Amino acid sequence: MNVLVFTAVVFAGSLLAGFLGSLTGLGGGVVIVPLLTVALGVDIRYAIGASLVSVIATSSGAAAAYLKEGLTNMRVGIFLEVATTSGALIGASVVTRLPGSTIEVIFGVVLLVSVYLTLTLRDESASQSAATEDAGLVRRLRLAGSYPTPAGEVAYRPQRVPLGFGIMAGAGALSGLLGIGSGAVKVLALDQAMRLPFKVSTTTSNFMIGVTAAASAGIYLRRGFIAPGLAMPVMLGVLAGSLVGARLLMAANVRVLRLVFALAILALGVEMIVTGLHL
Amino acid sequence: MGVVLRVGVTLAALLVATGGFAYLVKTGHQVPHYRHFAGVPAALTSPAAIVRGALALEPAALIALGLVVLILTPVARVAFALLAFAEQRDRLYVIFSLIVLSVLFIGLTGHSL
Repeated sequence: MNVLVFTAVVFAGSLLAGFLGSLTGLGGGVVIVPLLTVALGVDIRYAIGASLVSVIATSSGAAAAYLKEGLTNMRVGIFLEVATTSGALIGASVVTRLPGSTIEVIFGVVLLVSVYLTLTLRDESASQSAATEDAGLVRRLRLAGSYPTPAGEVAYRPQRVPLGFGIMAGAGALSGLLGIGSGAVKVLALDQAMRLPFKVSTTTSNFMIGVTAAASAGIYLRRGFIAPGLAMPVMLGVLAGSLVGARLLMAANVRVLRLVFALAILALGVEMIVTGLHL
Repeated sequence: MGVVLRVGVTLAALLVATGGFAYLVKTGHQVPHYRHFAGVPAALTSPAAIVRGALALEPAALIALGLVVLILTPVARVAFALLAFAEQRDRLYVIFSLIVLSVLFIGLTGHSL
């Protein structure tokens, strides 16, 4: 296989990964890394380097294309980015010291957990309970917000802020460690822990994904993880695929598709663990 | 803010696609070498070297320059948030934005902890 054919194959795979990533809600990075390592034999460090770049492209591209900005809670985003970017620096610093096989095993395990989280939590609507545990903190940090609905502005108050902050630090570390957006974990924190409305949590999570990935990108670049020849088809493919996927997601009910693809990704995760452990 | 993102992503994608085309013309017949990790050559791992390479119209450096622009896009987004908070005289969030920008800066210099 020469570079021309390899690039075409990677581009097609990335297109598919971006498409499936946005349909399943897992994100393109989670799909492209196993495709590159398991199917094409790419070293995992080059794979996560290319993936991290595609994560930034998808995050910025989705926000620019759909003008989701209006629903983003900038205060929640910036406040939690203190946690995610710090976590990302730590994650990226750790991964540069790990052998490839260890990264592969960790990636496989995280893949399995992400699929589980996405399938079990995503469709649950966050119920707004009246009691706020740390109303004082929310007031001091001015995290409350409102968003437009057909029935008028709906106000909301984030809950369990310290828990959300802690989960976000973990999400950032995973992002830096594995070159993924870790959207599943971010939605877990915003939706499940902090009880933000679904539309606010998805757009705010998307804003944080790009900023978090940018924190570890410099370290990846300096350590030689970002190979231009590989990152080029991955970035362009994932970006295009995810924009198409997001458009389809808005138009159709894709529950069954989502389930089928999530199971396929599950299989890739198992394969990565097996390869990494040399079983 | 949407404008910053659109310009950033579009410029990055154009640079990557242009560099990618030149890269395929130049090295398309060679064999890819991603199976074993050796790290990317030093000329493609620092922003200064990448800019020099891109000015010399080196295909891989043009792609890398697009990637650097892409990486800076979310950073610009935080910088604009900082300005918006400063305009609102929201001191607490100016501080949070500055913390995030500092962490981003440490990461961008490429020094792992």
